[in-house]
Amino acid sequence: MDLNHVVDRIERFLLPLLSIGLALILFGFFCGFQGLNPFDVYASIYSAAFGHWSSFQNTLLRAAPLMLCSLCTILPAQTGLIVIGNEGALVVGALCATGVGIYAHTFVPFIAQLLIALAGCLGGGLWIGLIGLMRAMRGVNETISGLLLNYVAIALLNFFVEGPIRDPASLNNPASFPLAESHLLGNLPGMRVHLGIVAGLVACLLSAGLIYKTPLGFAARVTGGNYRAAQIVGLSVNRLMITFGFFGGAAAGLAGMIEVAAVHGRANDDLVAGYGYGGVLVAFVARQNPLAAIFVSVLVGGILASGGILQRVHDLPDSTVLVFQGLVFICVLWSDSFYGKLNSLIPQFIQRNRHLKFNSLHASEDVSHG
Amino acid sequence: MSARLSLSRRIVLRGMLAAGSLGLVKAVSGCSPTRIASNAEKNLVVGFIYVGPKDDYGYNQAHAIGAAALSKIAGVKVVEEASVPETTAVVETMRNMIEQDKATLLFPTSFGYYDPHILKLAKEYPDVQFLHCGGLYQSGHPENVGSYFGYIDEAQYVAGIVAAHASKTGKLGFIAAKPIPQVLRNINSYTLGARSVRPDVTNQVIFTGSWSEPVKEAEAINSLADIGVDGVTCHVDSPKIIMELAEKRRINCSGYHADQSALAPKGYLTGAEWDWSSVYQSYVKDIQAGKSLAKGSIPHLYRGGLGDKFVKISAFGPNVTPEAKKDAEAALQKLLTGELVIYSGEMKDNTGRIVIQSGKVLKQREIALEKMDWLVDGVKGSTKV
Repeated sequence: MDLNHVVDRIERFLLPLLSIGLALILFGFFCGFQGLNPFDVYASIYSAAFGHWSSFQNTLLRAAPLMLCSLCTILPAQTGLIVIGNEGALVVGALCATGVGIYAHTFVPFIAQLLIALAGCLGGGLWIGLIGLMRAMRGVNETISGLLLNYVAIALLNFFVEGPIRDPASLNNPASFPLAESHLLGNLPGMRVHLGIVAGLVACLLSAGLIYKTPLGFAARVTGGNYRAAQIVGLSVNRLMITFGFFGGAAAGLAGMIEVAAVHGRANDDLVAGYGYGGVLVAFVARQNPLAAIFVSVLVGGILASGGILQRVHDLPDSTVLVFQGLVFICVLWSDSFYGKLNSLIPQFIQRNRHLKFNSLHASEDVSHG
Repeated sequence: MSARLSLSRRIVLRGMLAAGSLGLVKAVSGCSPTRIASNAEKNLVVGFIYVGPKDDYGYNQAHAIGAAALSKIAGVKVVEEASVPETTAVVETMRNMIEQDKATLLFPTSFGYYDPHILKLAKEYPDVQFLHCGGLYQSGHPENVGSYFGYIDEAQYVAGIVAAHASKTGKLGFIAAKPIPQVLRNINSYTLGARSVRPDVTNQVIFTGSWSEPVKEAEAINSLADIGVDGVTCHVDSPKIIMELAEKRRINCSGYHADQSALAPKGYLTGAEWDWSSVYQSYVKDIQAGKSLAKGSIPHLYRGGLGDKFVKISAFGPNVTPEAKKDAEAALQKLLTGELVIYSGEMKDNTGRIVIQSGKVLKQREIALEKMDWLVDGVKGSTKV
């Protein structure tokens, strides 16, 4: 392994950390303008998000749906698709899971839960698979179609919840019939975190395996790297796009199923809580890497978990947590433009030699193209 | 490239210094917040949770005004959290208020907080009292849970009278979120109020489908203004955009939830407002006196209208004529005493079906009114969205 390679690796760890540090500093100014000591606020955020076991559970609860939803962007991204239809996939997954759950309410719990989960995955998977299909067959821009399908999904949810599957007892808060009590997913033993976190972790790990360790994942990455080259070497790029869209959608659909089966117990418009859009942000901050998505989800979950203490203890406005989250995202995305530049600095510091610097600039360019 | 990087490093250093100095100033002046500690000294900690921002000119602001009124009572400490979604987030917020702030009375104010979130947590904390806005309590729910709601349609009835007086075209408009009973009742009462002084008035209703849809609400108000509607009101979470656009389109408007006269100083007629200050103060006084939901000394369902100070109307705006004021105040008086009953037969819906038989009188608290699924004659629109 040569020096450039090592520096690249260091950079990959250093840049995200530095950008979060920068975001903290900028946020410190914000707190300062609100008349608060930034360090008090940092301490509060830390204690509310990671400080002790109870608050960390709060963080994990919020991170679970983000992990699953981020995969809805990460997996199709391997084939070069930019999908932001996560919210729609979550909602459709939740709706399908509820439908099957209502139908299967007399089934044995384990069988019913399996069917409900499958329905959620299938619903979400087909939803994003459709986006991939439209892109592959008709050249429809997947970002736009995904965004628009989010609205379609929410309209579908409202239609079903206020129509065919409405529980007539839910007079002033329209909701579907509930799932059978015995079919609901419980919490992990000794915790108040539901199974969603396990599903999220497993899904992220499986996705990493799929992307980095299998021929299918390699084919997808080739497609994402260069669509034409992939076609020339004989990969069926259309099928890859649809398949990875399906996998991504299935993950978001599973998130929807878990929201229904572990949190709400039924479908209603509370399902539209923005997890899908949160997942898009996580995916981009994680640079479309499913392993990084685990950590980013926990970080974002922690930021969200700290929102309460900022309001209750520091009297900061409720949008503070959005300001902080926004700063983190902007800094991390901005830091993207610095990748590959650390290498160009090293010869300059060590040798102060114009000639070498020129060479290494070329070298770093090669790396970034590769 | 390296020059740009070193510049940004310098900026970072400068930033760190500045942030540090801020901290220093605060540390020296010694005014860092220590509110958690002071909570324990007061006897009753009350937690308020809102689904949106506290300054939304609507549903949440109305509750926040009520919460602010509690701080006047001695021995009460209020903690608040806004923009809490109706997911596990609200469970965590309630839990933190109970465990960290030692709150023993919670007002989670949004509809969607109730089932399953409040119901779940209430079993875990039997000593904490959960009071939920919406009237969703049913027997069999945990003993420490209560629900309250107001008959705000009485205020809408009065607003309808004022709007009918001010209208030149005889066309009113109503922008609503969902065709649920509580919303339909407001639409019907507003229409009935208007038609009580001017029987030819029509009320065009537009459903947006969700509680917070500023874009659809804006489209709705513009299309209403385009078809000649010159007086609008609404039932959505935040009427801000509706009031602002009504003013811009130079038509009259009537507020909902909270006082929105500041948004439409010319065209604001009146409004149907919640009076949560009075409700919350009476709850807190009961609890300070040792009453509780579990003991049964506080009712699980607590509802009221104008007469019980659950709701009120906004001060009249400049476009309200003396005649309109006279009619409105007369109706207000009769509603306060219970002499005026809004729903009495024979009443037809807007498809011609008889919904209340002649001779039948459905008073404020009648259960049948809680299941309303029709729009009264004079309303243009359908409950099917």
